[in-house]
Amino acid sequence: MSWAAKDLGDWVETAKRDPRARWLGVALIAVALAVLPFVAGAVGGRGWVRIIDFALLYVMLALGLNIVVGFAGLLDLGYIAFYAVGAYTYALLASPHFGIHLPVWLVLPMGAGVAGVFGVLLGAPTLKLRGDYLAIVTLGFGEIIRIFLNNLNAPVNITNGPQGVNRIDPISFSNFSLARPVEVLGIDVPSVHLYYYLFLALALLVIFVSLRLENSRIGRAWVAIREDEVAARAMGINTRNIKLLAFAMGASFGGIAGGLFAGFQGFVSPESFILMESVVVLCMVVLGGMGHIPGVILGAVLLAAMPEVFRNTIVPVQQQLFGKIVFDPEVVRMLLFGLALVLVMLFRPAGIWPSTTRKRELAS
Amino acid sequence: MSAVDFEILLQQILNGLVLGSVYALVALGYTMVYGVLGLINFAHGEVVMIGALSTLSAARLLQSVLPGLPGPIVLLLSTLAAIPVCMALGYTIERVAYRPLRFAPRLAPLITAIGVSILLQNIAMVVWGRSYHSFPAYVSTEPFQVFGATMTPVQVVIIVVAMAIMAGLMFLVHRTKLGRAMRATAENQSVAGLMGVNINAIISITFVIGSALAAVAGVMVAANYSIAHYYMGFVLGLKAFTAAVLGGIGNLGGAVAGGLLLGLIESLGAGYIGDLTGGFMGSNYQDVFAFFVLIMVLVFRPSGLMGERVAERA
Amino acid sequence: MSALLEARSVGKRFGGLDALMQVSLGIERGEIYGLIGPNGAGKTTLFNVLTGLYRPDEGEFLFDGAPLPVGEPHRVAAAGIARTFQNIRLFANMSAVENVMVGRHVRTRTGVIGAVLRDSGSRAEERAIHARSLELLEYVGLAGRRDESARNLSYGDQRRLEIARALATEPRLLALDEPAAGMNATETASLRGLLEAIRADGVTVLLIEHDVKLVMGLCDRVAVLDYGRKIAEGPPARVQRDPTVIEAYLGGALHA
Repeated sequence: MSWAAKDLGDWVETAKRDPRARWLGVALIAVALAVLPFVAGAVGGRGWVRIIDFALLYVMLALGLNIVVGFAGLLDLGYIAFYAVGAYTYALLASPHFGIHLPVWLVLPMGAGVAGVFGVLLGAPTLKLRGDYLAIVTLGFGEIIRIFLNNLNAPVNITNGPQGVNRIDPISFSNFSLARPVEVLGIDVPSVHLYYYLFLALALLVIFVSLRLENSRIGRAWVAIREDEVAARAMGINTRNIKLLAFAMGASFGGIAGGLFAGFQGFVSPESFILMESVVVLCMVVLGGMGHIPGVILGAVLLAAMPEVFRNTIVPVQQQLFGKIVFDPEVVRMLLFGLALVLVMLFRPAGIWPSTTRKRELAS
Repeated sequence: MSAVDFEILLQQILNGLVLGSVYALVALGYTMVYGVLGLINFAHGEVVMIGALSTLSAARLLQSVLPGLPGPIVLLLSTLAAIPVCMALGYTIERVAYRPLRFAPRLAPLITAIGVSILLQNIAMVVWGRSYHSFPAYVSTEPFQVFGATMTPVQVVIIVVAMAIMAGLMFLVHRTKLGRAMRATAENQSVAGLMGVNINAIISITFVIGSALAAVAGVMVAANYSIAHYYMGFVLGLKAFTAAVLGGIGNLGGAVAGGLLLGLIESLGAGYIGDLTGGFMGSNYQDVFAFFVLIMVLVFRPSGLMGERVAERA
Repeated sequence: MSALLEARSVGKRFGGLDALMQVSLGIERGEIYGLIGPNGAGKTTLFNVLTGLYRPDEGEFLFDGAPLPVGEPHRVAAAGIARTFQNIRLFANMSAVENVMVGRHVRTRTGVIGAVLRDSGSRAEERAIHARSLELLEYVGLAGRRDESARNLSYGDQRRLEIARALATEPRLLALDEPAAGMNATETASLRGLLEAIRADGVTVLLIEHDVKLVMGLCDRVAVLDYGRKIAEGPPARVQRDPTVIEAYLGGALHA
């Protein structure tokens, strides 16, 4: 795995230098991404396309968390709260629950905005905390949000409690609803495919914004804070504002993903936003290669796809080996997930695909 | 305050002390490891769970072999059997998942810890199944009255044993040669190494002791709620870690104080939150209360209530 | 003309220890001002109070006639004071040029929107940041090491990089905490050339240094701190003969 990742990195570096190879690469990737749902759908059915849709949501989440953890070095264990805020913003403002049906182009940015505000609300009191103290406070914050979502059905019913909000409006643009299949040039394009293209577009947008921010005055300030906060302050960086900006940006990415999730799923409940989800997103960032955008994307795709791959292989493999199902597939899946986390970190402590120019703080 | 009010208050305080004693024992495990390694041992809560479930298995075995044995003896012997299991587990976790990463980026061991935690939960699920196991009343849970509040013998045992263990640990750390080596390691690992302290051995011992405390805590929780299951360690671990941070992580006295305080906060919070918010929030907000207090404490005292050192390993 | 920086009876206590007591001094425009004293005399504490990392318990600093912000390092940097650190605090995993580029932060404005849209103004600013940072690397003699991670630079180069990073903030006063520590004779000589060039460019320099030869040869004036008090101030040659200073140093040497 180590060699494969290194070769891939080298190959990407070489390709970047040659403009023709670069455009060819971009074109190939574009074509591959365009036909991906049809290929996946043909091979594994709609279920696979759905998994890819979720993988794209996780890419957005991981990149959002990467701003906070990877760039600014602020360990956040409650990140999923912003996903929840985005999802519930959409759910409450575009569903029969309150009878409000705002259009998508309004609710999605609102979800991002509200999540961003929550990011600042979380960030403001924690600015002086560092390292593990910050981790536990963010964890507590994530749990507080979830507990409120779970209990705000009485005395006034706001969130509908543990039952969650259902019959959420599907994502639609004026009369064009992503929930209904369409026919383009004689090809049937099912709803999951339509969502795929929307999610892909937004994931690419999030990647684009992340890349632009990374190589900017703001991105450098984030990394400077991660590397040495005292020196960053002495160099004139207003660490308070820059950290809050990291929290707000990261949270708003989560908010967008949450809104998309609500519209796609048609249903949200507090159960989707448990601590384990925060942990999974953090694992995507760290496992992929903290602070390195391609690595984080890889981590998100791998961890989002892995459980599903296991789900589809564990049962057949057991039947081959034992002739019957000996172990609960869900348990085996989680065992392998835990094992993968341990093994990858033991053999590649800086992640699967760390940045080549910035070797992480090994042996300081 | 009327007599009834007082009885309710006393009841909440007693419940809080029982809960707090357990938190304190588990928090000690977190804080000791943090002291020597600067690492959140995310898997510590699972050691608590393994402690409870292996005690249960040992007790069942013991009772099938010697049916006439009195309950307290069964519990004592099976706890003594579970402690070495947890010690071995703690030792293994450190050797396999943390030691190779001692000089790796700071988040790497956090991820392996999460991985180990997931592994242990699922191993437990394979061994003990998904269902809840009722934990028999080896020590009587027959309630008796103290100034109008209700207590059970099990709760008394929990408080007494927890206090005794904590006193023993304090003695070990502050009065013995081993304890001095542990404190030296926590203070400055490389200097302690130069002074002839075997750092690796001290770290192993720290994990082993912490795991023994976790085993006992696991039995206490199971006995108090008469229930044990594969998921019991996770939330408990979270709360105990919160307690350790509340007290000032890395500080043993702080872990005890933080544990007891958190227990009291939760118990009193759950009891009075309804009155405080005019009925808007009920006892289902118990956890919010605990985390809210934690956040407030850290905002105003960023190193915890009794924190001495700035908990930052750059 | 008033002094560029004036310290007015600055005091700082840590617990029961008086780290600084009634320290007053004035640094003139364009001079190289040395701050010397035995270990633990309060030199670095004075730096930390000056640059806003600590809050003084009493007294204040006037910079160019205006009071300096208290406890807000980024505003001190914006006011025109930049510093280096005794124990080198670079952004270890950033390249040399990126370190200097961070120093340009306080003199530039591009925000999130500019960074994402890369409009012509932001692009021009980014180019200017990069160009200026390369110039500064060249200036301190690190042009060939621009893409090296700061952590991989030699000790002397790290000290120079810290100076380049500080200069990137366009300071009027550059405060250097033991810039020659750990350098060999050749490196020290070239550091001296660098500091003279910086002064010639119109930047006032405040210098903590143990290397007596460097201080005596370079500084226009020096102040001596001992146990948190200023015990002498003046041209190096005169301070060197001051009996209180000799006593402080000999006493310090005997205790050490």
